[in-house]
Amino acid sequence: MKIYDGGKILIGIIIFLLVATSPFSYNMGKASVKPEPKLDTPEIQKMEKKQCVEPKEFMKAEHMTLLNDWRDSVVREGNNVYIGLGGEVYNMSLQGTCMKCHSNKKKFCDECHKYVAVKPYCWDCHIPPKEN
Amino acid sequence: MTMNRRKFLKLTAVTTIATAGGISALELFKDSKLEAQGILPLEVKPLTAKRWAMVVDIRKFTKEDNYKKIIEACHLTHNVPDIGNPKDEIKWIWTDTFEHAFPGQEHKYMPEDFKKMPFLLLCNHCDNPPCVRVCPTKATFKRKDGIVMMDMHRCIGCRFCMAACPFGARSFNWRDPRPFIKELNMKFPTRTKGVVEKCNFCEERLAEGKMPVCVEASKGGLIFGDLEDPNSDVRKVLSSHYTIRRKSELGTGPGVYYII
Ligand code: HEC
Ligand code: HEC
Ligand code: HEC
Repeated sequence: MKIYDGGKILIGIIIFLLVATSPFSYNMGKASVKPEPKLDTPEIQKMEKKQCVEPKEFMKAEHMTLLNDWRDSVVREGNNVYIGLGGEVYNMSLQGTCMKCHSNKKKFCDECHKYVAVKPYCWDCHIPPKEN
Repeated sequence: MTMNRRKFLKLTAVTTIATAGGISALELFKDSKLEAQGILPLEVKPLTAKRWAMVVDIRKFTKEDNYKKIIEACHLTHNVPDIGNPKDEIKWIWTDTFEHAFPGQEHKYMPEDFKKMPFLLLCNHCDNPPCVRVCPTKATFKRKDGIVMMDMHRCIGCRFCMAACPFGARSFNWRDPRPFIKELNMKFPTRTKGVVEKCNFCEERLAEGKMPVCVEASKGGLIFGDLEDPNSDVRKVLSSHYTIRRKSELGTGPGVYYII
């Protein structure tokens, strides 16, 4: 059996395969390493028991909704006080509380957010901590 | 579901503390490591009122410098940009002439210095705020304590509120304000291009137990307090002096009074 224009077809198939798999080859090599948010800030190092406002697993999954709750509570209900489950008292503030402990925004928040490609617009207004 | 349980537990914790004697119970945590986490100085007691109001004692504003200090303090505290051209100007507290501030009240024979003197103006935190009525997203709303508040997170920049406000108390961010803020106050957010902003009666300071920063900077020229409390400073001043309000004939019920 003879394929008419076999060479051209073969080249066509190869080009097609290259184009179709380009998203994979494009990301090859820089295969995103699992993000490792760093906790080595002065404020966290000072803590005896290193804990967030809620358990780590909760924070990982729900910190965006927690922030929304804080926002609404402060801005709309005029309530600034948050009680952690262990009775800790927090001032509900993104700049003043979250970022006081997590003062390494680039190595913490951004580390994860880059990985999942989210860009919270909060920093259009809220002032990120000063970093190098 | 887990969220619900969590909220329930929190509520229980808060209620327990509240019943155990309010702030004094919280006082137990005072010396703990929590303070080191900088979370909340617990001796802080928010200032509260049924209806916040302000009196401007214009007799105390004799020099240009008196106004300048106040405006500077406010704008510094709230990261209000100085854009430097009147078209794009952002202002929370500012001055204007008697004629502009109290139109219809001026006349040819009034004292000369009155005609030239600047009057300190700010959001009136009206009883019946037209800005709240027109806001399509409830970004502007009235708190129980009378403060007309802006939720920047909801503002879509439609500027209906600016059209509705008879006092010109609102400014629109035509451009990114950040490059025009000389000194950032790290404790307060900035705003962004495309939102409206105005005075918030220092709601964030009241929550920390502090008086509004303009009142602090005014050295007695501004009196702030609870209009519903007959023993408050504002009530005492109002009952012993003749005061006027801006455009009170419009029925918005301004909460800023002027001793003339
Ligand atoms: C008192 C200091 C402190 C404050 C305030 C604080 N954090 Fe944390 N945060 C921590 C510590 C310590 C951890 C690590 C907890 C652990 O390993 O169990 C953590 C963990 C987290 C994690 C999970 C990180 C991971 O590796 O999975 C997220 C997300 C997070 N915080 C976000 C926030 C946000 C958002 C706020 C404000 C609402 C906040 N944190 C406030 C100290 C703090
Ligand atoms: C453990 C990884 C991790 C860390 C650390 C982390 N985030 Fe996130 N964050 C995420 C993920 C994942 C999402 C996206 C969730 C989604 O799209 O449903 C997200 C979303 C958000 C959102 C919502 C954004 C949007 O556009 O909806 C906000 C706000 C946010 N994070 C704030 C913070 C802040 C502030 C910090 C640092 C204090 C932080 N996050 C640290 C993983 C992280
Ligand atoms: C248009 C500007 C703007 C944007 C964008 C914005 N905020 Fe805010 N936010 C403010 C202002 C202004 C306040 C302070 C209101 C006050 O106290 O009077 C505030 C207050 C808050 C508060 C409560 C008090 C505090 O100091 O933190 C939280 C929590 C908050 N914002 C979370 C968020 C989060 C999370 C995002 C992003 C998903 C966000 N904000 C985006 C302007 C903004």
